[in-house]
Amino acid sequence: MPREKIPRQKMPEQAPEERRRNFQEVPYGFTPELAQLEASRCIFCKKPKCIEGCPVEIDIPAFVKLIRDGDFLGAARKLKEANALPAICGRVCPQEEQCEVRCVIGIKDEPVAIGRLERFAADFERLNNLVEAPEIPPWTGKRAAVVGCGPAGLTVAGELAKLGHKVTIFEALHQPGGVLMYGIPEFRLPKAIVEAEVDYVKKLGVEIVYNAVVGRYQTVDELLAEGYDSVFLGTGAGLPYFMNIPGENLNGVYSANEYLTRSNLMRAYRFPEFDTPIAVSKKVAVLGGGNVAMDAARTALRLGADEVHIVYRRSRNEMPARIEEIHHAEEEGIQFQLLTNPTEILGDDQGWVKGMKCIRMELGEPDGSGRRRPVPIPGSEFLMEVDTVVVSIGNGANPLVPQTTPGLETNKWGNIIADKNTAATSKPGVYAGGDIVIGAATVILAMGAGKVAARAMHRYMMGIPEPAPEPEAPPAA
Amino acid sequence: MNEIITRKVLAEGVKEFAVAAPRLARARRAGQFVIVRVNETGERIPLTIADADPEAGTITLIFQEVGKSTLLLGTLQEGDRILDVVGPLGRPTHIENFGTVACLGGGIGVAPVHPIAKAMKEAGNHVIGIIGARTRDLLIMEDRMKAATSELHISTDDGSYGTHGFVTTVLEALVNEGRKIDLVVAIGPVPMMSASTKTAAKYNLPCVVSLNSIMVDGTGMCGACRVTVGGKTRFVCVDGPEFDGYQVDFVELVKRQRAYLKQEDVARRQFLEHHPGERCWETKVS
Ligand SMILES: Cc1cc2nc3c(=O)[nH]c(=O)nc-3n(C[C@H](O)[C@H](O)[C@H](O)COP(=O)(O)OP(=O)(O)OC[C@H]3O[C@@H](n4cnc5c(N)ncnc54)[C@H](O)[C@@H]3O)c2cc1C
Ligand SMILES: Cc1cc2nc3c(=O)[nH]c(=O)nc-3n(C[C@H](O)[C@H](O)[C@H](O)COP(=O)(O)OP(=O)(O)OC[C@H]3O[C@@H](n4cnc5c(N)ncnc54)[C@H](O)[C@@H]3O)c2cc1C
Ligand code: SF4
Ligand code: FES
Repeated sequence: MPREKIPRQKMPEQAPEERRRNFQEVPYGFTPELAQLEASRCIFCKKPKCIEGCPVEIDIPAFVKLIRDGDFLGAARKLKEANALPAICGRVCPQEEQCEVRCVIGIKDEPVAIGRLERFAADFERLNNLVEAPEIPPWTGKRAAVVGCGPAGLTVAGELAKLGHKVTIFEALHQPGGVLMYGIPEFRLPKAIVEAEVDYVKKLGVEIVYNAVVGRYQTVDELLAEGYDSVFLGTGAGLPYFMNIPGENLNGVYSANEYLTRSNLMRAYRFPEFDTPIAVSKKVAVLGGGNVAMDAARTALRLGADEVHIVYRRSRNEMPARIEEIHHAEEEGIQFQLLTNPTEILGDDQGWVKGMKCIRMELGEPDGSGRRRPVPIPGSEFLMEVDTVVVSIGNGANPLVPQTTPGLETNKWGNIIADKNTAATSKPGVYAGGDIVIGAATVILAMGAGKVAARAMHRYMMGIPEPAPEPEAPPAA
Repeated sequence: MNEIITRKVLAEGVKEFAVAAPRLARARRAGQFVIVRVNETGERIPLTIADADPEAGTITLIFQEVGKSTLLLGTLQEGDRILDVVGPLGRPTHIENFGTVACLGGGIGVAPVHPIAKAMKEAGNHVIGIIGARTRDLLIMEDRMKAATSELHISTDDGSYGTHGFVTTVLEALVNEGRKIDLVVAIGPVPMMSASTKTAAKYNLPCVVSLNSIMVDGTGMCGACRVTVGGKTRFVCVDGPEFDGYQVDFVELVKRQRAYLKQEDVARRQFLEHHPGERCWETKVS
């Protein structure tokens, strides 16, 4: 078949009516045939635009070509030169705004399915047990402490270990992965994949200490005094915002963090086999329009709710969630109440949610974010009958580490201030990256920040001077 | 780490563990707590650090078996390990020489009030301890509270020991005797803390309470522990656990504590089916 005639290949996936009641992953992934067919849609541009869109600059045409030629392992290895977590990124990256949006095939046709191919190659390597830990150089004599075991922390730890440093990760929770484990649900990112990636980092010699809340258990200054030559802070954006409307403390109102943590990390969806309970709901309203809201809504459905509504104050065009996730949610029967804003949550005399007052909105002038500001339509109030409300309007920075670390500067939102080119904070020897610096963002940006930080920490610990801060400075190697 | 070094039964359904946790034993301050998870399928439950021995590297946990998780914890023996112990969580108690501090502990609340009484006394306060229980057999830590306070008063609901009545009955009697009290610290079941605050308010005494909301992570990440204090939402695990009793919405707290009654009942019954007689085969030894 001529290249132009090959349409963008779809991944086989569980049918919506089936998957809406189970927690297994939705897509099954490409078969080798489908992957090769999709890869053959790539024209291997001389000046590939897609690479510019990838925050970690994967050599996309190179790995796609390897898939086309049937060298799946080679493709996986090529990916790993730039991205330590391709099985995760292939699943959760917003490719439609990063690599795929720049693909030239996308001008006339649909772009090459870069994310799906990335996922295919990484899965091939893992499922065939072909993952190999690289040779570790002899110990440099230096130790680094990493605070937080999310994608930022895992990346820093892996990179530093490969440079010969001893690395210890301190994680507040009892499991690794950060949001990958407690936030993103199993049906979108199977936990076995996260575990495999963490195992890989452990194989590089990284030690992980769980149940260690830095700031309480030990402070950053104590870490520096106890023999760590540098410290990385990758504590994420883990402070849930609420709407500040009446009734928000009724039973049945959750932050998305709590709802998802109970279900994912604590496995409440398997109660009573697992001890952590979660609300048994009939009608659920999820407030917000991002990925987190989609995850919460689809989780509610899988926990057995009859009806799940996304309540969002702007229109569909402004929804920050990935198109694929909105599409999946719709297919599963999630209902969208757009241009709708809750004003009050109503309770019964036992303190349980029984309804929610809402008002219709219309879009006015653009606001600071460039999106049209929603304004309430007078007299359009109405009542929604619900028994569970999941508030999913974003997360801020947890103040615990800044509060207990003298000399660490934060901005007015509480995010740690770190240099873009080195990830260095205002405190010597202390680096930071990921959501704690840039606010709730993406896995790949957290990893990108981790890479930058690891290079700078390596130079700092080894006494190598910082290169002149050119925007395109090549990595020190 | 997390090994149970000693295990005691303090009263029916009340157990005390000394748990090996050297860094915690050094880092913790009065008023702080840990979150524990017994096994891979377990939930995360908060328990106050009732005492610590930095030399021996142990912390003391005292808990009442009220449901699945605490019953399961109670089955652990000396030498067993608690799978996860994380802490010290929460803000430490504000310790200062206030003059005279009345430390009220109701039921299992005696365990969390104990380290505070001890620290207040060490800071130079005259500490009046008032501890109470439903009945004499359920009263815990009498000797240790005697040592931690300057004077100890006892009440039981049924009059089987000490003053017949509540800890607030004793507090009121002391105030009426003309005793000057500069601060009240009250810890126990919510009705007890609410009543203590009311009594304190009657005499214009400042009153600090320690709230026991439902928690998950204990680091400020989930908001499960939120309470209304002074009309604002606060997270008990990071903003507390101690708050000015006058400002706390106790009615809301009680309702929030009951959020999972149905599921808790299922879990407890299932547990007891598999562990018949778990609660009664051990009798008080100390
Ligand atoms: C439900 C949900 C869905 C998402 N979906 C997507 C998606 O589809 N695609 C995408 O790219 N991004 C998605 N994101 C965003 C993405 O997960 C985050 O941007 C990314 O995880 C940030 O990585 P991080 O390493 O900075 O922080 P985190 O992943 O938040 O990890 C921080 C870690 O630090 C630990 N920690 C915090 N404080 C301390 C302390 N004091 N001491 C020790 N440890 C501490 C935390 O427990 C946590 O494990 C989603 C986020 C959520 C919540
Ligand atoms: C800061 C703090 C310190 C505490 N210190 C002590 C202590 O020193 N000794 C002690 O015996 N108890 C203490 N508690 C209470 C203890 O955490 C609960 O008794 C325990 O979680 C009950 O779990 P369960 O499964 O045995 O009972 P369940 O049957 O599950 O619950 C019984 C009741 O306990 C409460 N509860 C349930 N799950 C949780 C949870 N995850 N977090 C908090 N409360 C919950 C609910 O109000 C519930 O109705 C403390 C609570 C807090 C918040
Ligand atoms: S890591 Fe993300 S942006 Fe980069 S190629 Fe893969 S999917 Fe595209
Ligand atoms: S227990 Fe999760 S925020 Fe307090």
